[in-house]
Amino acid sequence: MSGVRVLVGTRKGAFVLTSDGKREKWDIAGPFFAGWEMYHLKGSPVDPNRIYASQSTGWFGQLIQRSNDGGKTWEPVGNKFEYATVPGTHQWYDGTPHPWKFARVWHLEPSLTDPDTVYAGVEDAALFRTTDGGQTWQELPGLREHSSGPGWHPGAGGLCLHTIILDKKNPNRIVIAISAAGAFRTDDGGKTWQPINRGLRSEQIPNPTAEVGHCVHHISMHSARPNTLYMQKHWDVMRSDNAGDSWQEVSGNLPTDFGFAIDVHAHEPETIYVLPIKSDSEHFVPDGKLRVFRSRSGGNEWEPLSKGLPQHDCYVNVLRDAMSVDSLDSCGIYFGTSGGQVYVSSDAGNNWNAIVHDLPAVLSVEVQTLQ
Amino acid sequence: MIRVVLPAHLRTLARVDGEVNVEVSGEPTLLSVLNALEAQYPVLRGTIRDQVTYERRPFVRFYACEEDYSHEPGATALPAAVVSGKEPFLIVGAMSGG
Repeated sequence: MSGVRVLVGTRKGAFVLTSDGKREKWDIAGPFFAGWEMYHLKGSPVDPNRIYASQSTGWFGQLIQRSNDGGKTWEPVGNKFEYATVPGTHQWYDGTPHPWKFARVWHLEPSLTDPDTVYAGVEDAALFRTTDGGQTWQELPGLREHSSGPGWHPGAGGLCLHTIILDKKNPNRIVIAISAAGAFRTDDGGKTWQPINRGLRSEQIPNPTAEVGHCVHHISMHSARPNTLYMQKHWDVMRSDNAGDSWQEVSGNLPTDFGFAIDVHAHEPETIYVLPIKSDSEHFVPDGKLRVFRSRSGGNEWEPLSKGLPQHDCYVNVLRDAMSVDSLDSCGIYFGTSGGQVYVSSDAGNNWNAIVHDLPAVLSVEVQTLQ
Repeated sequence: MIRVVLPAHLRTLARVDGEVNVEVSGEPTLLSVLNALEAQYPVLRGTIRDQVTYERRPFVRFYACEEDYSHEPGATALPAAVVSGKEPFLIVGAMSGG
Protein backbone atom coordinates (compact mmCIF):
# COMPACT_ATOMS: atom_id res chain seq x y z
CA MET A 1 0.00 0.00 0.00
CA SER A 2 1.46 3.31 -0.98
CA GLY A 3 1.64 6.22 1.41
CA VAL A 4 3.41 9.43 2.23
CA ARG A 5 5.69 10.68 4.96
CA VAL A 6 5.89 14.44 5.44
CA LEU A 7 8.99 15.77 7.18
CA VAL A 8 8.29 19.10 8.83
CA GLY A 9 11.00 21.36 10.24
CA THR A 10 9.86 24.10 12.60
CA ARG A 11 11.31 26.80 14.81
CA LYS A 12 10.97 24.51 17.82
CA GLY A 13 11.42 20.95 16.64
CA ALA A 14 10.68 18.45 13.89
CA PHE A 15 7.50 16.52 13.16
CA VAL A 16 6.83 13.49 10.98
CA LEU A 17 3.35 13.22 9.47
CA THR A 18 2.32 9.96 7.83
CA SER A 19 -0.71 8.84 5.88
CA ASP A 20 -1.78 6.24 3.38
CA GLY A 21 -2.27 7.04 -0.27
CA LYS A 22 -5.65 8.65 0.35
CA ARG A 23 -3.98 11.35 2.44
CA GLU A 24 -7.08 11.86 4.55
CA LYS A 25 -6.09 10.49 7.96
CA TRP A 26 -2.75 11.40 9.45
CA ASP A 27 -0.49 10.24 12.24
CA ILE A 28 1.57 13.00 13.82
CA ALA A 29 4.89 12.12 15.48
CA GLY A 30 7.01 14.64 17.34
CA PRO A 31 8.29 16.98 18.38
CA PHE A 32 11.72 15.57 17.72
CA PHE A 33 14.59 17.76 18.97
CA ALA A 34 12.12 19.90 20.89
CA GLY A 35 13.21 23.48 21.28
CA TRP A 36 15.74 23.41 18.42
CA GLU A 37 15.38 25.13 15.06
CA MET A 38 14.99 22.47 12.38
CA TYR A 39 15.82 24.25 9.17
CA HIS A 40 15.48 21.21 6.94
CA LEU A 41 14.91 17.46 6.89
CA LYS A 42 15.13 15.32 3.78
CA GLY A 43 15.14 11.61 3.00
CA SER A 44 17.34 9.68 0.63
CA PRO A 45 15.63 8.94 -2.70
CA VAL A 46 17.31 5.53 -2.79
CA ASP A 47 16.66 4.58 0.85
CA PRO A 48 13.57 6.37 2.18
CA ASN A 49 14.26 5.19 5.73
CA ARG A 50 17.49 7.17 5.69
CA ILE A 51 16.65 10.75 6.66
CA TYR A 52 18.96 13.63 7.45
CA ALA A 53 18.03 16.64 9.57
CA SER A 54 19.65 19.99 10.25
CA GLN A 55 19.31 20.96 13.92
CA SER A 56 20.58 24.25 15.32
CA THR A 57 20.09 27.01 17.81
CA GLY A 58 21.74 30.34 18.37
CA TRP A 59 22.89 29.00 21.74
CA PHE A 60 24.47 25.67 20.89
CA GLY A 61 25.30 25.80 17.20
CA GLN A 62 24.79 23.21 14.51
CA LEU A 63 24.07 19.49 14.74
CA ILE A 64 23.18 16.98 12.06
CA GLN A 65 20.85 14.12 12.92
CA ARG A 66 20.38 10.94 10.93
CA SER A 67 17.60 8.38 11.04
CA ASN A 68 17.84 4.88 9.60
CA ASP A 69 14.26 3.90 10.34
CA GLY A 70 12.13 6.52 8.67
CA GLY A 71 12.30 9.07 11.44
CA LYS A 72 11.36 6.89 14.40
CA THR A 73 14.80 7.14 16.01
CA TRP A 74 17.70 9.48 15.39
CA GLU A 75 21.40 9.68 16.05
CA PRO A 76 23.67 12.71 15.87
CA VAL A 77 26.39 12.46 13.24
CA GLY A 78 29.20 14.81 12.27
CA ASN A 79 28.72 18.53 12.78
CA LYS A 80 32.12 19.94 11.90
CA PHE A 81 31.78 22.28 8.92
CA GLU A 82 35.22 23.72 8.30
CA TYR A 83 35.92 25.70 5.15
CA ALA A 84 38.47 23.84 3.05
CA THR A 85 40.68 26.87 2.52
CA VAL A 86 41.26 30.04 4.48
CA PRO A 87 37.99 31.91 4.06
CA GLY A 88 38.17 35.44 2.81
CA THR A 89 35.58 38.14 3.12
CA HIS A 90 32.21 38.89 1.62
CA GLN A 91 30.22 42.10 1.78
CA TRP A 92 28.45 42.96 5.02
CA TYR A 93 25.14 44.81 5.19
CA ASP A 94 26.94 48.14 5.41
CA GLY A 95 29.12 47.37 2.40
CA THR A 96 32.27 46.63 4.38
CA PRO A 97 34.26 43.39 4.00
CA HIS A 98 33.14 40.74 6.49
CA PRO A 99 34.97 37.50 7.28
CA TRP A 100 33.34 34.32 6.04
CA LYS A 101 32.06 32.37 9.08
CA PHE A 102 30.00 29.21 9.33
CA ALA A 103 26.63 29.77 11.01
CA ARG A 104 24.23 26.94 10.14
CA VAL A 105 23.04 24.41 7.58
CA TRP A 106 20.03 25.66 5.64
CA HIS A 107 19.44 22.77 3.27
CA LEU A 108 20.36 19.09 3.00
CA GLU A 109 20.16 17.40 -0.39
CA PRO A 110 20.71 13.64 -0.36
CA SER A 111 22.34 12.08 -3.40
CA LEU A 112 20.07 10.56 -6.04
CA THR A 113 22.15 7.37 -6.06
CA ASP A 114 23.89 6.86 -2.70
CA PRO A 115 22.24 7.10 0.73
CA ASP A 116 25.56 7.95 2.36
CA THR A 117 26.19 10.97 0.15
CA VAL A 118 24.51 14.25 1.02
CA TYR A 119 25.11 17.86 0.03
CA ALA A 120 24.69 20.64 2.59
CA GLY A 121 24.08 24.29 1.80
CA VAL A 122 25.33 26.49 4.60
CA GLU A 123 25.55 30.05 5.87
CA ASP A 124 27.97 31.78 5.26
CA ALA A 125 27.45 30.52 1.75
CA ALA A 126 29.28 27.34 0.86
CA LEU A 127 28.53 23.84 -0.36
CA PHE A 128 29.60 20.84 1.70
CA ARG A 129 29.30 17.12 1.01
CA THR A 130 29.47 13.95 3.07
CA THR A 131 30.12 10.54 1.54
CA ASP A 132 30.03 8.60 4.81
CA GLY A 133 26.48 9.12 5.94
CA GLY A 134 27.12 12.43 7.64
CA GLN A 135 30.05 11.45 9.85
CA THR A 136 32.38 13.90 8.11
CA TRP A 137 31.73 16.86 5.83
CA GLN A 138 34.03 18.33 3.22
CA GLU A 139 33.59 21.63 1.46
CA LEU A 140 33.56 21.91 -2.33
CA PRO A 141 35.51 25.15 -2.19
CA GLY A 142 35.29 26.11 -5.85
CA LEU A 143 31.97 27.82 -5.25
CA ARG A 144 33.00 29.97 -2.30
CA GLU A 145 36.25 30.78 -4.08
CA HIS A 146 34.45 32.03 -7.17
CA SER A 147 35.96 35.34 -8.24
CA SER A 148 32.71 37.13 -7.42
CA GLY A 149 32.70 35.85 -3.81
CA PRO A 150 34.17 38.95 -2.16
CA GLY A 151 31.23 40.90 -3.61
CA TRP A 152 28.47 38.63 -2.31
CA HIS A 153 26.24 40.20 0.30
CA PRO A 154 23.75 38.60 2.70
CA GLY A 155 20.00 38.69 2.38
CA ALA A 156 17.94 39.53 5.44
CA GLY A 157 18.34 35.97 6.69
CA GLY A 158 22.08 35.83 6.16
CA LEU A 159 24.42 34.83 3.32
CA CYS A 160 22.80 31.44 2.92
CA LEU A 161 23.10 28.70 0.33
CA HIS A 162 19.52 27.44 0.47
CA THR A 163 18.84 25.59 -2.79
CA ILE A 164 20.65 22.55 -4.20
CA ILE A 165 19.37 20.82 -7.33
CA LEU A 166 20.91 17.58 -8.53
CA ASP A 167 20.49 16.33 -12.08
CA LYS A 168 19.67 12.63 -12.45
CA LYS A 169 20.74 12.64 -16.09
CA ASN A 170 23.99 14.48 -15.50
CA PRO A 171 25.70 13.71 -12.18
CA ASN A 172 28.31 16.39 -12.79
CA ARG A 173 25.72 19.15 -12.92
CA ILE A 174 24.51 20.91 -9.75
CA VAL A 175 22.50 24.12 -9.55
CA ILE A 176 22.56 26.11 -6.32
CA ALA A 177 21.19 29.43 -5.15
CA ILE A 178 22.46 31.90 -2.58
CA SER A 179 20.73 34.86 -0.99
CA ALA A 180 21.73 37.36 -2.10
CA ALA A 181 24.36 36.36 -4.62
CA GLY A 182 22.14 34.53 -7.09
CA ALA A 183 22.18 31.19 -8.87
CA PHE A 184 25.28 29.23 -9.86
CA ARG A 185 25.87 26.02 -11.79
CA THR A 186 28.66 23.52 -11.97
CA ASP A 187 29.08 21.08 -14.85
CA ASP A 188 32.17 19.36 -13.47
CA GLY A 189 30.94 17.95 -10.18
CA GLY A 190 31.56 21.07 -8.15
CA LYS A 191 35.10 22.00 -9.12
CA THR A 192 34.17 25.15 -11.02
CA TRP A 193 31.03 27.25 -11.03
CA GLN A 194 29.46 29.87 -13.21
CA PRO A 195 26.81 32.42 -12.28
CA ILE A 196 23.55 31.76 -14.11
CA ASN A 197 21.68 35.01 -13.61
CA ARG A 198 21.34 36.43 -17.11
CA GLY A 199 17.86 37.81 -17.55
CA LEU A 200 17.27 38.51 -13.88
CA ARG A 201 16.45 42.11 -13.04
CA SER A 202 16.59 43.38 -9.46
CA GLU A 203 15.87 47.05 -8.87
CA GLN A 204 17.20 46.77 -5.32
CA ILE A 205 20.85 46.49 -6.42
CA PRO A 206 22.97 49.19 -8.02
CA ASN A 207 23.15 47.43 -11.38
CA PRO A 208 19.75 45.72 -11.80
CA THR A 209 21.12 43.26 -14.34
CA ALA A 210 24.41 42.49 -12.62
CA GLU A 211 25.98 39.08 -13.08
CA VAL A 212 25.71 38.39 -9.33
CA GLY A 213 23.92 40.02 -6.41
CA HIS A 214 20.34 38.88 -7.03
CA CYS A 215 18.24 37.64 -4.15
CA VAL A 216 17.11 34.30 -5.52
CA HIS A 217 14.64 32.78 -3.09
CA HIS A 218 14.19 29.31 -4.52
CA ILE A 219 14.55 27.21 -7.68
CA SER A 220 12.70 24.06 -8.69
CA MET A 221 13.17 21.55 -11.45
CA HIS A 222 11.25 18.55 -12.78
CA SER A 223 13.61 15.60 -12.99
CA ALA A 224 12.40 14.69 -16.49
CA ARG A 225 13.27 18.18 -17.79
CA PRO A 226 16.54 19.15 -16.13
CA ASN A 227 17.14 22.05 -18.49
CA THR A 228 13.93 23.76 -17.37
CA LEU A 229 14.28 25.65 -14.11
CA TYR A 230 11.66 27.69 -12.31
CA MET A 231 12.74 30.44 -9.94
CA GLN A 232 11.01 32.50 -7.29
CA LYS A 233 13.20 35.55 -6.99
CA HIS A 234 12.78 38.18 -4.26
CA TRP A 235 10.41 39.81 -6.72
CA ASP A 236 9.59 38.03 -10.01
CA VAL A 237 8.87 34.45 -10.98
CA MET A 238 11.33 33.36 -13.65
CA ARG A 239 11.85 30.47 -16.03
CA SER A 240 14.88 29.09 -17.85
CA ASP A 241 14.88 26.46 -20.57
CA ASN A 242 18.64 26.21 -20.90
CA ALA A 243 19.69 25.17 -17.38
CA GLY A 244 19.96 28.76 -16.24
CA ASP A 245 21.98 30.23 -19.10
CA SER A 246 19.18 32.76 -19.51
CA TRP A 247 15.90 33.53 -17.75
CA GLN A 248 12.55 35.00 -18.73
CA GLU A 249 9.98 36.44 -16.38
CA VAL A 250 6.75 34.42 -16.14
CA SER A 251 5.01 36.31 -13.33
CA GLY A 252 2.09 37.02 -15.65
CA ASN A 253 -1.16 37.69 -13.82
CA LEU A 254 0.01 36.89 -10.28
CA PRO A 255 -1.40 39.32 -7.69
CA THR A 256 2.16 39.90 -6.48
CA ASP A 257 5.31 38.27 -7.73
CA PHE A 258 7.12 38.41 -4.39
CA GLY A 259 7.36 35.08 -2.59
CA PHE A 260 9.58 32.29 -1.43
CA ALA A 261 8.22 28.87 -2.41
CA ILE A 262 7.99 27.40 -5.90
CA ASP A 263 7.50 23.78 -6.94
CA VAL A 264 6.66 21.60 -9.92
CA HIS A 265 3.91 18.98 -10.30
CA ALA A 266 5.35 15.48 -10.06
CA HIS A 267 3.92 14.31 -13.40
CA GLU A 268 3.37 17.51 -15.38
CA PRO A 269 6.63 19.43 -15.93
CA GLU A 270 4.75 22.51 -17.14
CA THR A 271 2.48 22.70 -14.07
CA ILE A 272 4.02 24.85 -11.36
CA TYR A 273 2.96 26.28 -8.03
CA VAL A 274 3.87 29.47 -6.17
CA LEU A 275 2.52 31.10 -3.06
CA PRO A 276 2.56 34.89 -3.54
CA ILE A 277 3.48 37.02 -0.54
CA LYS A 278 2.42 40.66 -0.38
CA SER A 279 5.82 42.34 -0.40
CA ASP A 280 9.34 42.30 0.95
CA SER A 281 8.28 44.50 3.84
CA GLU A 282 4.99 42.67 4.49
CA HIS A 283 5.81 38.99 4.71
CA PHE A 284 2.25 37.70 4.63
CA VAL A 285 -0.23 36.66 1.98
CA PRO A 286 -2.11 39.48 0.21
CA ASP A 287 -5.66 40.50 1.14
CA GLY A 288 -5.78 38.17 4.15
CA LYS A 289 -6.31 35.23 1.76
CA LEU A 290 -4.16 32.13 1.69
CA ARG A 291 -3.96 31.13 -1.95
CA VAL A 292 -1.66 28.90 -3.93
CA PHE A 293 -1.33 29.89 -7.57
CA ARG A 294 -0.96 27.24 -10.24
CA SER A 295 0.17 27.61 -13.81
CA ARG A 296 -0.44 24.75 -16.22
CA SER A 297 1.53 26.50 -18.93
CA GLY A 298 4.89 26.82 -17.25
CA GLY A 299 4.15 30.35 -16.08
CA ASN A 300 2.52 33.59 -17.20
CA GLU A 301 -1.07 32.29 -16.82
CA TRP A 302 -1.92 31.61 -13.21
CA GLU A 303 -5.06 30.47 -11.40
CA PRO A 304 -5.71 30.88 -7.68
CA LEU A 305 -6.31 27.73 -5.64
CA SER A 306 -8.16 28.47 -2.44
CA LYS A 307 -10.74 25.77 -1.77
CA GLY A 308 -10.24 24.72 1.83
CA LEU A 309 -7.75 27.48 2.63
CA PRO A 310 -8.60 30.48 4.87
CA GLN A 311 -9.91 33.38 2.78
CA HIS A 312 -10.11 36.12 5.36
CA ASP A 313 -7.96 37.42 8.22
CA CYS A 314 -5.02 35.22 7.25
CA TYR A 315 -1.57 36.78 7.54
CA VAL A 316 0.93 33.95 7.38
CA ASN A 317 4.10 33.49 5.39
CA VAL A 318 5.36 30.38 3.58
CA LEU A 319 9.12 30.00 3.40
CA ARG A 320 11.28 28.78 0.52
CA ASP A 321 11.67 25.15 1.62
CA ALA A 322 8.15 24.86 3.01
CA MET A 323 6.42 23.53 -0.13
CA SER A 324 6.75 20.05 -1.56
CA VAL A 325 4.97 17.56 -3.81
CA ASP A 326 4.48 13.80 -3.64
CA SER A 327 4.56 11.50 -6.65
CA LEU A 328 1.40 9.48 -6.13
CA ASP A 329 -0.81 9.10 -9.20
CA SER A 330 -2.88 12.06 -8.08
CA CYS A 331 -0.08 14.45 -7.25
CA GLY A 332 -0.19 15.80 -3.69
CA ILE A 333 0.92 19.35 -2.89
CA TYR A 334 1.98 20.35 0.62
CA PHE A 335 3.01 23.54 2.34
CA GLY A 336 3.59 24.80 5.86
CA THR A 337 3.10 28.30 7.23
CA SER A 338 4.62 30.66 9.73
CA GLY A 339 1.42 30.11 11.73
CA GLY A 340 2.15 26.43 12.19
CA GLN A 341 -0.36 24.97 9.75
CA VAL A 342 0.57 22.25 7.28
CA TYR A 343 -1.83 21.93 4.37
CA VAL A 344 -2.24 19.13 1.84
CA SER A 345 -4.03 18.89 -1.46
CA SER A 346 -4.32 15.33 -2.74
CA ASP A 347 -5.67 16.47 -6.11
CA ALA A 348 -2.92 18.73 -7.44
CA GLY A 349 -4.18 21.83 -5.69
CA ASN A 350 -7.91 21.81 -6.36
CA ASN A 351 -8.92 21.08 -2.75
CA TRP A 352 -6.99 21.65 0.45
CA ASN A 353 -7.11 20.39 4.02
CA ALA A 354 -5.04 21.19 7.08
CA ILE A 355 -3.09 18.19 8.38
CA VAL A 356 -2.17 20.12 11.54
CA HIS A 357 -3.11 23.60 12.70
CA ASP A 358 -0.89 24.53 15.58
CA LEU A 359 2.73 23.53 15.13
CA PRO A 360 5.52 26.03 15.76
CA ALA A 361 6.34 28.23 12.78
CA VAL A 362 7.15 25.96 9.85
CA LEU A 363 10.56 26.29 8.22
CA SER A 364 10.51 23.36 5.81
CA VAL A 365 8.26 20.67 4.39
CA GLU A 366 9.55 17.68 2.46
CA VAL A 367 7.44 14.75 1.29
CA GLN A 368 8.50 11.18 0.78
CA THR A 369 6.32 8.95 -1.38
CA LEU A 370 6.40 5.45 0.05
CA GLN A 371 5.59 2.37 -2.01
CA MET B 1 36.62 14.57 39.50
CA ILE B 2 34.91 17.75 38.38
CA ARG B 3 31.15 18.04 38.68
CA VAL B 4 29.67 19.73 35.60
CA VAL B 5 26.12 20.98 35.22
CA LEU B 6 24.92 21.17 31.62
CA PRO B 7 21.98 23.15 30.27
CA ALA B 8 18.84 21.16 29.53
CA HIS B 9 19.32 20.93 25.76
CA LEU B 10 22.83 19.57 26.16
CA ARG B 11 21.74 17.07 28.81
CA THR B 12 19.19 15.77 26.31
CA LEU B 13 21.81 15.61 23.61
CA ALA B 14 24.32 13.81 25.83
CA ARG B 15 21.55 11.57 27.17
CA VAL B 16 22.35 12.31 30.81
CA ASP B 17 20.28 13.36 33.78
CA GLY B 18 21.56 15.84 36.31
CA GLU B 19 25.25 16.53 36.74
CA VAL B 20 28.05 14.75 34.92
CA ASN B 21 31.47 13.98 36.37
CA VAL B 22 34.59 14.41 34.31
CA GLU B 23 38.11 13.27 35.11
CA VAL B 24 40.79 15.86 34.45
CA SER B 25 44.49 15.10 34.58
CA GLY B 26 46.68 17.79 36.10
CA GLU B 27 45.41 21.08 37.40
CA PRO B 28 41.81 21.60 36.29
CA THR B 29 41.43 24.65 34.10
CA LEU B 30 38.61 25.95 31.98
CA LEU B 31 40.22 24.42 28.92
CA SER B 32 41.05 21.03 30.43
CA VAL B 33 37.52 20.63 31.77
CA LEU B 34 36.00 21.44 28.37
CA ASN B 35 38.43 19.07 26.66
CA ALA B 36 37.60 16.29 29.10
CA LEU B 37 33.88 16.92 28.79
CA GLU B 38 33.99 16.72 24.98
CA ALA B 39 36.17 13.61 25.10
CA GLN B 40 33.65 11.91 27.37
CA TYR B 41 30.64 13.14 25.40
CA PRO B 42 31.73 13.64 21.76
CA VAL B 43 28.20 14.69 20.82
CA LEU B 44 28.83 17.95 22.68
CA ARG B 45 31.62 18.96 20.31
CA GLY B 46 30.66 22.18 18.63
CA THR B 47 27.81 22.96 21.01
CA ILE B 48 29.70 24.80 23.75
CA ARG B 49 32.52 26.21 21.64
CA ASP B 50 33.18 26.40 17.93
CA GLN B 51 34.92 23.28 16.63
CA VAL B 52 37.24 25.22 14.37
CA THR B 53 38.07 28.38 16.31
CA TYR B 54 37.39 26.96 19.81
CA GLU B 55 35.67 30.23 20.68
CA ARG B 56 32.96 29.97 23.31
CA ARG B 57 29.55 30.27 21.75
CA PRO B 58 28.23 33.77 22.43
CA PHE B 59 25.16 32.57 24.34
CA VAL B 60 27.00 30.06 26.52
CA ARG B 61 28.29 31.09 29.94
CA PHE B 62 30.66 29.43 32.44
CA TYR B 63 29.97 29.97 36.15
CA ALA B 64 31.64 28.61 39.26
CA CYS B 65 31.24 29.56 42.91
CA GLU B 66 29.00 32.49 41.93
CA GLU B 67 31.68 33.94 39.67
CA ASP B 68 31.49 34.41 35.90
CA TYR B 69 34.38 32.65 34.14
CA SER B 70 32.96 33.13 30.65
CA HIS B 71 35.51 35.71 29.58
CA GLU B 72 38.53 34.17 31.29
CA PRO B 73 41.32 32.57 29.24
CA GLY B 74 41.35 28.81 28.88
CA ALA B 75 44.33 28.39 31.18
CA THR B 76 42.42 29.87 34.11
CA ALA B 77 42.47 27.52 37.08
CA LEU B 78 39.12 26.55 38.52
CA PRO B 79 38.40 27.47 42.14
CA ALA B 80 39.36 25.04 44.88
CA ALA B 81 35.75 24.27 45.73
CA VAL B 82 35.16 23.05 42.17
CA VAL B 83 38.39 21.08 42.11
CA SER B 84 37.48 19.39 45.39
CA GLY B 85 34.00 18.54 44.14
CA LYS B 86 32.26 20.69 46.72
CA GLU B 87 30.82 22.96 44.04
CA PRO B 88 29.88 22.22 40.41
CA PHE B 89 31.15 23.94 37.29
CA LEU B 90 28.12 25.41 35.56
CA ILE B 91 27.69 25.61 31.79
CA VAL B 92 24.70 27.83 31.21
CA GLY B 93 22.63 28.86 28.22
CA ALA B 94 22.54 32.61 28.56
CA MET B 95 19.27 34.41 29.06
CA SER B 96 18.49 35.77 25.64
CA GLY B 97 15.51 36.41 23.48
CA GLY B 98 13.41 38.70 25.63
